[in-house]
Amino acid sequence: MIPLIQMEMQNAGWLDPKEFADIVSISQMTPGPIGINAATYVGFRVAGISGSICATLGVFLPSFLLIMMAAAFFEKFNENRLVKAIFSGIRPATIGLIFIAALFFAQVSVFCSPLGIENVGRFLLAKKIESPFSFKLNTGGLIIFLLIFLGITRLRLSAILLILISAVLGILLF
Amino acid sequence: MSEKWKMLFDMFCSFLKIGTFTIGGGYAMLPLIEQEFVGRKGWVSKEEIVNILAVSQSMPGVIAINASLFVGYKVGKVKGACVAAAGMILPSFFIILMIAVFFNQYRSVSVVQNAFSGVRAGITALILFTAIRLARSVINCRSDLLIAVFSFLLIALFEIHPIVVLLFSALTGLALFWKGKK
Repeated sequence: MIPLIQMEMQNAGWLDPKEFADIVSISQMTPGPIGINAATYVGFRVAGISGSICATLGVFLPSFLLIMMAAAFFEKFNENRLVKAIFSGIRPATIGLIFIAALFFAQVSVFCSPLGIENVGRFLLAKKIESPFSFKLNTGGLIIFLLIFLGITRLRLSAILLILISAVLGILLF
Repeated sequence: MSEKWKMLFDMFCSFLKIGTFTIGGGYAMLPLIEQEFVGRKGWVSKEEIVNILAVSQSMPGVIAINASLFVGYKVGKVKGACVAAAGMILPSFFIILMIAVFFNQYRSVSVVQNAFSGVRAGITALILFTAIRLARSVINCRSDLLIAVFSFLLIALFEIHPIVVLLFSALTGLALFWKGKK
């Protein structure tokens, strides 16, 4: 979605690339969905508060219409045997995607740099090493990861409380 | 009627909380959704959450918004979806406005950067925990496990697009159905 916003903004001449890069990085480190953050911010820069309202509604409406149709469809057909069979294949794959998300977050927090796992894949395909597999732990990140993991598995604390704790730990440790 | 509005208001407040603490995209919201709606309220089952995530990922738009619309629809039809999305959007809308108006230097403040580095590490643990929890209820047989592991490896090692992986898994589901295994 971010590349799409960038293309539109540049074609319309509304934002220069540097300003856009700033907006993206702020959107990533602010609470809330990144797409909504970016739309609100871009809208504000281009046309003030009314701009941010229009931009956010613009991102929301297509999703709203599509999801309402999809939700009505699934409600009607969720007892259908074929739909059930399809989802029985999709559900485990989605579990794989969630582990991928965990890996993605780990690469930017528990480790110092992306692990380059895809290089292993390239090696398997091409049988030659393009760039090495990197593995450098970020000690502060690892400590926070372990504490929060204990907090949720052993103490069953609320996720919101644990996010707040990890923010405080981040300020203390980094 | 008033019972229904109470439920909608309840859900709105839940999504305000989730919207405020979803930091870093759709998957970061998963632990919050799971704890709030599967655990605390029992409005959605674990299987449903996984279905919703899969469809939200496959549809155009922001994953977190798609997922909140789905959960909202599940709980209170179109009204529910609007309430859920409003709860999800409002915190980020106002926080961004505040930053844009008052706090242009937000990104370069080192306390903010360090707090977010901490949050990313914390979210890693929360997502991993949620992944394991959901896996326990979704993965019931060897073919499920194979699909999950293959999907993970295809994306991690070969950078296959998630939508392609979901499509293949859907076909696998159908194939297993026709072979009579499901």
